[in-house]
Amino acid sequence: MEFTPAEVFAQQVVNGLSNGMIIALIALGYTMVYGIIELINWAHGDLFMLGAFLALTILGALGLQEASGPMAAVAVVLLLVTSAVFCGSFNVLADRIAYRPLRNAPKVSLLVTAIGVSFIFVNLGLFWGGVPMEVFSGGIAAAAPKDFPALVPSRNLVGTDDGVHFTLRDLLVVAVTIPLMVSLWWLVTRTRLGKAMRATAQNPTAARLMGIDTDRVIASTFFLGGSLAGFASVVYALYNNTISFQMGYRAGMDAFTAAVLGGIGSLPGAVLGGLLIGLTRSMSDQYIETRWTNALVFAILIIILVFRPSGLLGMKQREKV
Amino acid sequence: MRRGGLLLTLLAVALAWPAFEAWLLPGGWSVLDAVKSIFIFAILGLALNAVTGFTGILNLGIAAFMAIGAYAFAILTADLYPFQLGFWPAILLTLPIGALAGFLLGAPTLGLRGDYLAIVTLGFGEIVQDVLKNVDSITLGTQGINPLPAPTVPWWKTAEDGSRSFGLVDLAGETQGAGPYVSYYLFLGFLVAAWLVFRNLELSRVGRAWMSIREDELASRSMGIPPVRTKMLAFATAAAFAALSGGLWASWLSSTGEPANYDFQVSILALCIVIVGGMGSIAGVLVGALVMIGVNSILLVKLAEWLQARGVGASGSVFLSPNNWKYLLFGLALVLMMRYKPDGLVPAAGRGARKPAGAKR
Repeated sequence: MEFTPAEVFAQQVVNGLSNGMIIALIALGYTMVYGIIELINWAHGDLFMLGAFLALTILGALGLQEASGPMAAVAVVLLLVTSAVFCGSFNVLADRIAYRPLRNAPKVSLLVTAIGVSFIFVNLGLFWGGVPMEVFSGGIAAAAPKDFPALVPSRNLVGTDDGVHFTLRDLLVVAVTIPLMVSLWWLVTRTRLGKAMRATAQNPTAARLMGIDTDRVIASTFFLGGSLAGFASVVYALYNNTISFQMGYRAGMDAFTAAVLGGIGSLPGAVLGGLLIGLTRSMSDQYIETRWTNALVFAILIIILVFRPSGLLGMKQREKV
Repeated sequence: MRRGGLLLTLLAVALAWPAFEAWLLPGGWSVLDAVKSIFIFAILGLALNAVTGFTGILNLGIAAFMAIGAYAFAILTADLYPFQLGFWPAILLTLPIGALAGFLLGAPTLGLRGDYLAIVTLGFGEIVQDVLKNVDSITLGTQGINPLPAPTVPWWKTAEDGSRSFGLVDLAGETQGAGPYVSYYLFLGFLVAAWLVFRNLELSRVGRAWMSIREDELASRSMGIPPVRTKMLAFATAAAFAALSGGLWASWLSSTGEPANYDFQVSILALCIVIVGGMGSIAGVLVGALVMIGVNSILLVKLAEWLQARGVGASGSVFLSPNNWKYLLFGLALVLMMRYKPDGLVPAAGRGARKPAGAKR
């Protein structure tokens, strides 16, 4: 079966946008936390990884690996909710234990702490893969990538099978990410909590003086950002069917690049950045070479930081003295 | 005074270690190779300390400069390439090559704010690895370049029967000035040289400028210190000595190894050395290297051997292999140090009582 160049291009657009939506979901977590406490939450990508491991564990524990039809749909919803709650809570826990005591420390100490937390998460992921369950192949090769059951088949939904594919999985990505982004937008711009978050981001001291419990607001931000990573982890695992304890680094770097590209601190920026990075990756895989894709993403990151540190949609900001 | 005593004690122990090992430790307990990697990582730590400790720039890609040094050494010496220099000219050339690489990365990026600059150095580290891996017509990709000349001391001649006593150490088998003890003392010599360089820099005009930038960039600028140029000097110095450590590493292993040997984990290991030891503290970096590499290459390895000898871990359980706890140890080291001892095990002189309570970042 031969594809025309136009079809190849269109297919890469579909793939790129689907992966980009997942990256965007992770990027939102980076940008929210950065927006509020100026921390590059290094461990965010690894939190995402832990979410996927939880999802696989639940599938194994409930024996849902082979589920199909309505049962699979129920399983997917269950995984999304549990992973989101787990990642959100875990992120709050990390903030409470590791980051909160350093609120007044230099920013660099906070970043180093986040790198440390990320290493701890990676190690948890490695151990998790060694749990003697069937879904982890009995836990023998803990470090090996794990197969994630194909609960959502990659059935084509549009046109004939000879043309561009838009599969049920692509639909899953859209159906999960768009409502989440819309509700996040609503939450941040229209609710009391959102207002408190924006106030804390703008000036924590003034926000405290206005009676805002900033620690609680920051914790809520960590919860929201973390739960988005949890949603993303399930969608990612269902889309790609393989997870590994090391996947957080790559996913985290892509998402962080997306957040910076869009303008860190800006929610629409994170989504735009995610889509652009997704497209860049799929186009580079197709038209340059897969082995250069990672270097290309990092090159974009460096170029953006050097020439337009405020990103595409971010506001110009001088470092406070 | 206390600090000087600490350093002299460390030096004395390092000098006497091979003799101690040869005489008193039962066979199979030798950690000579691990001690050599302590020396090399201490040089890397001193390099990172100049930029992260003295100047306050978080560099997350120091391993990239180590890689550049290793590959530069390889390309200058290996038979595959036209240069074919010996150990000494090539190892000394890694310094300017590393400095140049540091300059090229630093020039456009050093004006960036702290956390963004950290990310740029990280990205640079990843790109260097990818380039080394992908430009396989030059670097031989994941195969690495080998063989490379071993560290040698030309005037260190051995007797005709191939044995000679050097002080307390029996140098049997050390022919042509190369061998385990030669590289041991050579690496120690490089470490002492690096230590002298950084100690003098610390007390010099340059070092003081670095520290003033770290403490308050705006104030130091208004005192007439050019921030970007000063940072550049720190960055390039660090890159030069990181490249030296890479060259020594490659020479010791007689191979560059694959590019993934110089990955983010190595940068973080170097960062752990500086942070555990004490940012900006030269004595601290040496202690940090001793602790971190000691845990990494001696404690964990010996523990693994000990467990294996007792049949523990034969079941293949992930928890029973000490190597699998490494990330956790490094991570905890960073988190706990930042929380409870941000100035490290051996704080730099004059830190501690620096800022009035409530001072801003």
